[in-house]
Amino acid sequence: MNKALDVRGLTTRFETRSGMVTAVNGVSFSVERGRIMGLVGESGSGKSVTGFSILGLIDEPGKVVAGEVLVDGQDLRALSPDAVRRLRGARVAMVFQDPMMTLNPVLRIGDQMAMAVRVHEKMSKRTAWEKARQTLEIVGIPSPAERLKAYPHQLSGGMRQRVAIAIALLHRPSVIIADEPTTALDVSIQGQILAEVRRLADETGTAIVWVTHDLAVISSLADDICVMYAGRIVERGPAEDVIGAPRHPYTVGLIGSVPSLHEPGTPLPQIPGSTPQLSNLPTGCPFRPRCPRATDICASEPPIVGEGDHTVSCHHPMEAP
Amino acid sequence: MKEPLLTVESIHKRFTRKPGLVMRGIDRLSGRSSGTTVHALSDVTLSVAAGEVLGLVGESGCGKSTLGRIISGIYTPSDGRVLLDGAPVARARGNNIEKLTTRVQMIHQDPFASLNPRMKVGETIAEGPRVHKLASAGDVRKRVRDLLQQVGLEGAYADRLPHQFSGGQRQRIAIARALAMEPDLLVLDEAVASLDVSIQAQVLNLFMELRRKLDLTAVFISHDLSVVRHVCDRVAIMYLGRIVELASARELYEKPQHPYTKALFASVPTLGTGRAAFQPIKGEIPSPLNPPKGCAFHPRCPMAGPRCRVDLPALKPVAGTATTVACHLNDGGTGIEKGSHAA
Repeated sequence: MNKALDVRGLTTRFETRSGMVTAVNGVSFSVERGRIMGLVGESGSGKSVTGFSILGLIDEPGKVVAGEVLVDGQDLRALSPDAVRRLRGARVAMVFQDPMMTLNPVLRIGDQMAMAVRVHEKMSKRTAWEKARQTLEIVGIPSPAERLKAYPHQLSGGMRQRVAIAIALLHRPSVIIADEPTTALDVSIQGQILAEVRRLADETGTAIVWVTHDLAVISSLADDICVMYAGRIVERGPAEDVIGAPRHPYTVGLIGSVPSLHEPGTPLPQIPGSTPQLSNLPTGCPFRPRCPRATDICASEPPIVGEGDHTVSCHHPMEAP
Repeated sequence: MKEPLLTVESIHKRFTRKPGLVMRGIDRLSGRSSGTTVHALSDVTLSVAAGEVLGLVGESGCGKSTLGRIISGIYTPSDGRVLLDGAPVARARGNNIEKLTTRVQMIHQDPFASLNPRMKVGETIAEGPRVHKLASAGDVRKRVRDLLQQVGLEGAYADRLPHQFSGGQRQRIAIARALAMEPDLLVLDEAVASLDVSIQAQVLNLFMELRRKLDLTAVFISHDLSVVRHVCDRVAIMYLGRIVELASARELYEKPQHPYTKALFASVPTLGTGRAAFQPIKGEIPSPLNPPKGCAFHPRCPMAGPRCRVDLPALKPVAGTATTVACHLNDGGTGIEKGSHAA
């Protein structure tokens, strides 16, 4: 098998004042080498927590309580925290939303990149700097040798995010988890980064999980899409199928509410209600209270239906095209 | 054409940072000046007719929010003037200025920051009308209930605090607060940017419905091209403190004129086009502290010629359209010698 990442039954819970909350509920998906998987959802859907859980970055009061995270066939959850730390950054890496938070403001770019190199590989500082320089070149940073001597505040937001991506790429990891990495950037800079990321996946064979709320971005970038709602994956499939012929009523509503698909000035189809409180979910399908197709049967656990790669977790999915 | 409700005449806005104590001492000794000035807006002129919704679009640092704040009377312009129904706002004194500024109401991006967390939402909505004596105490309470219903919330919510509401509901409350002043003009600064897609659709629908019912005039500031297309009649595209293109929404989206507008459209992913080959704009947005000479877009522009590096292009009408654009291509060419350019 060519699976770089295989997540099975991942479940993460948080202890809160209003009781136990299941933020990620039995999430399973896999990503092959060189492919980009889009994890889409609104706030509170558990998409970011899924990314953090894969890397074992969940702190108290949260806990990954079940599931397997196989990277190149090796289960990270079965390893000791020390062993996971050795793999993190080398085989699995993460890119966060805000590069100003991830870069150390008082270290030169080159120093922090060399540090990240030498944590995982024995080599001289000079070789590490050279490796850092090459990686900056890969992500399309002009005059990389000079940028290595710069401090983060001397770079623009787009450049900083390229540096963060370069750091994730340093050890040619099998998997990169990217959590809303272009959300804070301007559209013209976002376009540059998206083009670069697509090229990297194609050329380096790194599998990428792209966590986002932006359907337009993910439809033009990803190979496959998983739609999350209230901690579960409700629909998955090849990007063009999920966007072009969505079958879960939530996905249908989500895509329908994007203005660019409608005649200007006309009312937009809207999903009634608001995103649910995880501490107070209905039984069965969590989308039931907002769903136009819901019936009594939806109070029971929805089945997974669909042909081939495109599946939905729903009692009343839209007709397959 | 209707008389414009709002006119903005050659507005400039400069922000100056005074040097610190030590640098002031050094300046005095050396006779230099180390204060820095940002030209947030340079020579911006536009008008909005009654009943019209004008979109202001651009990337960070283009001055769209600064312009919104000048129109709302939060900032005073360094140069130029704002007129409401032909009367200059800055000239007004005493009661008049109050009357004028209350005619413009603003809705901000973050409904978590713009509502006082310790004030019941009913009080928040009633505060403006009470202070400006638009209604008696008894009337205000009824008005608050009506307003809440108008924005799709229950009248009984008036006694709740902001933390009891979701982001979308809070933005509805912010809209109710603005409408309570019965403004002639609304300024919405990224009002739906922080909302989830499904909630954003609800708030956009509310805005369009209120616009029809109340015949609202609005300035709609956003970086989201698809949202702007949906709700605006006319759109101004801004780049580094200047308007580079001003057109009806239909013309702009069908036939963008300025190379920056074209590049912006090309680099924005849209839903339903499948996996796209992005054609991103090369380079970065220059710092407004030190904008490029000539046309500010020339370092990133694929069409730039020698003239673009020297001459500042003026907004000129495009033949056969209602569009105005600030580009030498529309005004005698970029000064490229014959044969040197394939296009």
